[in-house]
Amino acid sequence: NEQLAIPQLRQSSYRHETPPTNPSRRCLHLGYFGGKRLHKISWSAPKPSPLTRSAPMAKLAIFFTLTLSLLPFLSHSFSPDTPTDRRILVLLDDFSLKSSHSIFFTSLKSRGFDLDFKLADDPKLSLQRYGQYLYDGLILFAPSVERFGGALDVAAVLDFVDSGHDLIVAADTTASDLIKSVATECGVDFDEDPSAMVIDHQGYAVSDVDGDHTLIAADELIRSDVILGKTKIEAPVLFKGIAHSLNAANTLALKVLSGSPSAYSANPSAKLSSPPSLTGSAISLVSVVQARNNARIMISGSLDLFSNRYMKSSVQKAGSPSKYEKSGNEQFVTEVSKWLFHERGHLKAGNLRHLKVGETGEPAMYRIKDDLEFYVDIFEWSGNSWEPYVADDVQVQFYMMSPYVLKTLSTDKKGLYHTSFKVPDVYGVFQFKVEYQKLGYTSLSLSKQIPVRPFRHNEYERFIPTAFPYYGASFTTMAGFFIFSVVYLYNK
Amino acid sequence: MASPESAVNGPTMTAGAASKSLRNAFGGVIAFIILVLIGVLAFSIRLFSVIKYESVIHEFDPYFNYRVTQFLSKNGIYDFWNWFDDRTWYPLGRVIGGTVYPGLTLTAGTIWKVVNSLNIPLSVETVCVFTAPIFSAFASWAAYLLTKEVKGPGAGLTAAALLAMVPSYISRSVAGSYDNEAVAIFALVFTFYLYIKTLNTGSLFYATLNALAYFYMVCSWGGYTFIINLIPMHVLLCIVTGRYSSRLYIAYAPLVVLGTLLASLVPVVGFNAVLTSEHFASFLVFIIIHVVALAYYIKGILSPKMFKVAVTLVVSVGLAVCCAVIAILIAVVASSPTKGWSGRSLTLLDPTYASKYIPIIASVSEHQPPTWPSYFMDINVLAFLVPAGIIACFMPLTDSSSFVILYIVTSVYFSGVMVRLMLVLAPAACILSGIALSEAFNVLTRSIKNRKKEKENVEKKPTPSKTEKRLLVLPLEASVIAVLLLVLLGAFYVVFSVQVHCVWAAAEAYSAPSIVLTSHSNDGGLHVFDDFREAYSWLSHNTDVDDKVASWWDYGYQTTAMANRTVLVDNNTWNNTHIATVGTAMSSPEKQAWEIFHSLDVKYVLVVFGGVVGYPSDDINKFLWMVRIGGGVFPHIKEPDYLRDGQYRIDAQATPTMLNCLMYKLSYFRSDFIPIHKTDGKGFDRVRRTEIGKKHFKLTHFEEVFTTHHWMVRIYKLKPQRNRIRGKTKKSKSSRSVSSKRDVRGKRNPWH
Repeated sequence: NEQLAIPQLRQSSYRHETPPTNPSRRCLHLGYFGGKRLHKISWSAPKPSPLTRSAPMAKLAIFFTLTLSLLPFLSHSFSPDTPTDRRILVLLDDFSLKSSHSIFFTSLKSRGFDLDFKLADDPKLSLQRYGQYLYDGLILFAPSVERFGGALDVAAVLDFVDSGHDLIVAADTTASDLIKSVATECGVDFDEDPSAMVIDHQGYAVSDVDGDHTLIAADELIRSDVILGKTKIEAPVLFKGIAHSLNAANTLALKVLSGSPSAYSANPSAKLSSPPSLTGSAISLVSVVQARNNARIMISGSLDLFSNRYMKSSVQKAGSPSKYEKSGNEQFVTEVSKWLFHERGHLKAGNLRHLKVGETGEPAMYRIKDDLEFYVDIFEWSGNSWEPYVADDVQVQFYMMSPYVLKTLSTDKKGLYHTSFKVPDVYGVFQFKVEYQKLGYTSLSLSKQIPVRPFRHNEYERFIPTAFPYYGASFTTMAGFFIFSVVYLYNK
Repeated sequence: MASPESAVNGPTMTAGAASKSLRNAFGGVIAFIILVLIGVLAFSIRLFSVIKYESVIHEFDPYFNYRVTQFLSKNGIYDFWNWFDDRTWYPLGRVIGGTVYPGLTLTAGTIWKVVNSLNIPLSVETVCVFTAPIFSAFASWAAYLLTKEVKGPGAGLTAAALLAMVPSYISRSVAGSYDNEAVAIFALVFTFYLYIKTLNTGSLFYATLNALAYFYMVCSWGGYTFIINLIPMHVLLCIVTGRYSSRLYIAYAPLVVLGTLLASLVPVVGFNAVLTSEHFASFLVFIIIHVVALAYYIKGILSPKMFKVAVTLVVSVGLAVCCAVIAILIAVVASSPTKGWSGRSLTLLDPTYASKYIPIIASVSEHQPPTWPSYFMDINVLAFLVPAGIIACFMPLTDSSSFVILYIVTSVYFSGVMVRLMLVLAPAACILSGIALSEAFNVLTRSIKNRKKEKENVEKKPTPSKTEKRLLVLPLEASVIAVLLLVLLGAFYVVFSVQVHCVWAAAEAYSAPSIVLTSHSNDGGLHVFDDFREAYSWLSHNTDVDDKVASWWDYGYQTTAMANRTVLVDNNTWNNTHIATVGTAMSSPEKQAWEIFHSLDVKYVLVVFGGVVGYPSDDINKFLWMVRIGGGVFPHIKEPDYLRDGQYRIDAQATPTMLNCLMYKLSYFRSDFIPIHKTDGKGFDRVRRTEIGKKHFKLTHFEEVFTTHHWMVRIYKLKPQRNRIRGKTKKSKSSRSVSSKRDVRGKRNPWH
């Protein structure tokens, strides 16, 4: 009975529930099915019913079937072949943000993203259906939401990230525990004082009224072309919001925009009674995290950073003579979002191969002191195609518990990296390892196991000249003994 | 029953010349038939394991030998010689060709090839299973030959029959016990036979054969050092007791020269044949025997007076030279850290050496000193016959009988050091017991025969059963006969009890393959525990070919042979540091253990746990050795941390270090849920007979992937590194609890 029920369930779900834009659900996961374990039941496209026998309908059905079976390969979310995200869910506190932050959203749409706006407490909220994610990215512009609607919770958001999808979290002074806990799970700690804001009496943005210096003109940007683009962001970035800090042991998180040495985090309306917990450049205003599966997360302490108002306003940093017509916000946000949605800085390595000098084809085993050649391909995603990645700092290790050989690879500028070296005089099970971790780029970690054997019995050097005296000694002794025996026995 | 009657055969040959030759021929035929029967007995008594269980390779080391034989039969001898095995000792690998004694493998490989070329399609496994029984038949025949050289054919037949069924030897040579010792005991006895034969005949032909037999022994087993030390000792004994002869020279000198040359051809021995201290005794005696030969030669050509002068001259000069040489030798030997001896050999000389310095040798159960019951179990009544045999060897003392005495004395010592060397004692005990029984019959029947000859003067057919019956029936009044009858009855009692004991030992005690276990339930039903093979086949079907499996080294050979997965350490304990690394990981807390295993690319961890079914040789019982071996290399692992007041315990009184170490966690993970012990209460360990100390814990860095039917083998997978690094504040735990709940649900319930 259960076996029968599954295709029916599938068909109905397909017809009625799956959004037409995503007819790519081919696999149906039924958690804890049959009382024992997870079953994964795949099915083929439904046969055309007798009603669809007429020619055009049949053609349509065939086309439909083909599309259906091809779609999983074409439009697979975050596939290794086309890493740029396409479908993004934007969760908002209220829909007014859609217009107040429209520049940011328009720039995303113009770059080909498919934005789906929803209220954060929408009861039908769901990131996945039948084990497949409906979105490739998630933008949380809902700092004050206490509880997500529908099936979404912190765990679901984190599972979304852990399955390789990207996330933007923007908080502000109203940030709820929910948003803070999402940030914490990603390795970013917001200031625990709910009323604290970042204040900077030196680096504030000059405005008409001398306020409480919480609107900051921040220009402490990370120096990374891959995250912030090649064009330098000249104008300071306007920021008004809360501070966060990064765990020093966290190697995955980076401060993209950090506070100036004079910044601190405190309640601007209250008198400062004790020293603030977060001060100076320990304060991070905007951070990015690249998880181990290369999912990228951006966490901002200010939602206004993305707003049209900040993007358009002119900015002058206190104490600085230069005044900019337009703040750096738009450029900053656009560039970071390009990095975040894998339009930049996404590397792909593969086709790791090696061969013995003078031979074709990969050997199953090397001998000590063999000369070998090593090749690996590395490409970078440019947003719509794979371009050769050119760098002079890619290294290969010939590794057995520790690297025995460490060589920098040379590239032919067409994506092919190459080196050659001699196998060390140590036998064992080695690995070719390419561990490439560069700021802003996806981390590459490739390895290939290869055993190295000692000499065979007949591969050692024979008839070594230095041994000739010994050979001579042996044979003269034998001859001498023979002569002695003859003389002794027959010469009485 | 063959033994006592056959012993009668020898001394019955006392009639006239014509009848004597006839009787000789008759006796020869009977002896031959008896020998064949002994061979059949030796072979068939070892088949209990196949009948009771199945035709399967036993225990640990045999699996390695089996794997090597498979490789040999598939790839040929050159590839075997040069085999670099990348599936063990990851990532170091092991040069199998250069570190294995190839005798057994080559023997079985040759048998397989011959049998297959005769179009008898036997599998490699079948050949391997039956190699040991075949060679124990050979060993019995070799024992016959050796004892015959020493004390005549009667003693030989008795010794052969005893060796065919001595439990100590059965324990190492049942069908399926495909280990080096299976062929090595044959090679050992046969080498000794050829040595004695050469000593008795002075024939260079036998001396050459002796060197070849020694070569086979070197190929087969590291125990060859016993031969190369025992024979020089005997030669020295002969020289000291004034028994030097040219026969002795011929028996010894070619053996040393040819034997050493041949031994160095075996890759695993190589230059050790001249470099290590184990071989020095033979070279020293080689020098001495030449000096003695020279002395005898000079004595022959000089007048007695001149000889005396020469002796004083040579002795004074020689002493000085000897002192110098010995001083140099000592200096050379002392400069090496182990004094040039391998750890195992040092253990033989100083039984406390291993427990003091090398836990890896001390930890092996077969390297422990035996207890008294094990002597009774393994050689039974022979232990009481051996002294009689020694006395018989002194009447009269010949070159060959002195050798046998030396053999028994040294092997008794060695067996007292290591239980494994009980195996070397067994042939010696059989030979001496054979001599003792045979001599007793000889002495006693001689008087009967004389008496009978006087009375009846009738030719008697030496059919033994008739003889006894007549002996029993004959109304002989002499008190001698009464004593004789008593002795005979006693002897039969002995023989019967020995046989009963041996058959019991063969059938019950030593036939278990140890990878398949059985137990009898209260209602007499038989329960089979096939968990090991279940686990290994799970590994081979559900893991990637190149995945690395970490386990304690006991299971290394089986994992590579049965599951075909790469292991870190195995029973060839050549690298102490690597084993210590695994021991350290097992005795560390989860996180550190994960880091150690991760750095070695380990994917799965296998532990053996007997707490559910009461299987006592599980990893928790072996755990202190892991701590000791690990602590020997990595001093942060300290044995006292795992002991509460010097006691090893796993209950609530156990130390926190013990309760948090990886081995404890992997063994007892989820075992508080075991439904089998409703009566015993939750979390009851049936081996330690106590309730476990820490229950309801979760694993953070490992996940259970497979547990066998009786929970005897548990396999865990290393979790991947966490995708994100959390911040400092610990608020949200919802994600963790959700995933762990799912784990528990998805886990395999072993009772369905």
